[in-house]
Amino acid sequence: MPISALTGTRLRERRLAQGLRQADLAIAAGISPAYLNLIEHNRRKVGPAILSRLASALGTDPAALTAGAEGTLLDDLSAAAAAHAGLAELDRIQDFAGRFPGWAALLADTHRRAEGFSHAVEVLNDRLSHDPHLSASLHEMLTAVASVRSTAGILAETEDIAPEWRAKFHANLHEDSERLAAGAEALVAFLDGAGQEPDRGSASPQEEVEEWAAAGDWQVEVLAGQVGRLASGAAREMAAVWLAEAQADAAALPEAAFRAALAETGAEPLLIAARFGCSPLVAFRRTALLAGSGVGLVMCDGSGTMTFRKPLPGFALPRFGAACPLWPLFQALSQPAQPVEARVRMPGPGGRRFLTRAFAEPHYPTGFGGPVLTRAAMLIFADDAAPLASSRVVGTSCRICPESQCPARREPSILRDSGG
Amino acid sequence: MAGKLLLIEDETNIAEAIRFILSRDGWVVAHEGDGLAAMAAVAREKPDLVILDMMLPGRTGLEILADLRGHPGTACLPVLMLTAKGGSRDREAAERGGASAFMTKPFANDQMRAAVRALMDLPR
Repeated sequence: MPISALTGTRLRERRLAQGLRQADLAIAAGISPAYLNLIEHNRRKVGPAILSRLASALGTDPAALTAGAEGTLLDDLSAAAAAHAGLAELDRIQDFAGRFPGWAALLADTHRRAEGFSHAVEVLNDRLSHDPHLSASLHEMLTAVASVRSTAGILAETEDIAPEWRAKFHANLHEDSERLAAGAEALVAFLDGAGQEPDRGSASPQEEVEEWAAAGDWQVEVLAGQVGRLASGAAREMAAVWLAEAQADAAALPEAAFRAALAETGAEPLLIAARFGCSPLVAFRRTALLAGSGVGLVMCDGSGTMTFRKPLPGFALPRFGAACPLWPLFQALSQPAQPVEARVRMPGPGGRRFLTRAFAEPHYPTGFGGPVLTRAAMLIFADDAAPLASSRVVGTSCRICPESQCPARREPSILRDSGG
Repeated sequence: MAGKLLLIEDETNIAEAIRFILSRDGWVVAHEGDGLAAMAAVAREKPDLVILDMMLPGRTGLEILADLRGHPGTACLPVLMLTAKGGSRDREAAERGGASAFMTKPFANDQMRAAVRALMDLPR
């Protein structure tokens, strides 16, 4: 039981609250009033035996006088004081925390929130200054403005300009004004998109495409006519690439024959790929994106960055940042062309169970001279009937994962309980 | 004899405007739009001043600047860097790389003329 310097202050508060005189409490606890006075003013440390007698004389639990969370509170208060150097009486911090525990907790909490907000501002600021779309739009506009400014200056200032030069510069002005208009539109679309849907303010083109595809149940025939619903040009470009790939997949594995093969093999993309002579990844995508499949799919590139996400209820896919490194997807990525099958469950008592099948495949888009790119895919099947012992725990991403003892943890979880 | 400038800039319209104003100011202006051909253009044109854009296809202005500073013949050649972002990071990098002066897009034509005149007056 930690007995800190604050215990004396608490003891005094309790005694005064009960209207007891120092002498009476001292006698009840079998110590001298002078000694109690020293304890109450935090000048003497109190041992467990005396503390226990004092506590019972006050009709309270010794723990209430020593309070375990006090160390954290003091740390937080010190941090708050450090952030405003010179303002707070640091030498009286224990006195403060002991006499006004509520106010002290409020101050510590306020300080923590302020720190959280300033971190959020930093992140937003960082995102704004490093957002590639924003930066490209701004650069494009600055370039066009530079040209317009200089060209317009020439036309305004040069009285004896030759007609062919004048015509040339007028044509340039026209061209640059078109560029400016297009750039301004792109910028407004970007900022508008951020303003209208605050909860999706930072949506990437990829997220936009995924939400759009989910709204159309991932069905190519339906979605092919709905590309115009995407707000950003980048998302429309990505959607076009995705549609072309999905159409090629559907051509390689025609629906009727594919459904027949699925029924025969179970969801065995490797066997299906072999039968149809296509890449296993084609069979992976077809399996997940077939109408009403109820199968989730995650794909990533060689850096582990998720390039495609079709979520499945209970298997949460992270919106930002990297995923759980324990996903079988990443095991497959590290051993291309070798199938990985694993039963997994989400952390926590009610964590859903899943069967996952993952596979990675290198490809060579520019032949011998170019880079070898690896793509990995993981199918996610609901598998709640699987026995608990047969599965291993995987999460979504460290920040929101409660699995405290995980050997793969990268950063602390925000779900960590305050006592632990 | 009029001084000779080499303008390394991929944006055609900006290059035409700069070329026009500086030619009228009495300078002989050569132009190169490709970052990869920049060093060859410097060797061919033997300019008294290089106006170098930061963002070029093929090679960045910073890489070209490093090459210029690394060659004995061009180590002291005045280089006016054109930066579109006006970003302090770009500018610091160019300062470290040995740029002689900076011009931020969008520039006023008077600023461009003044910057070139100031650099051409520098002792070499």
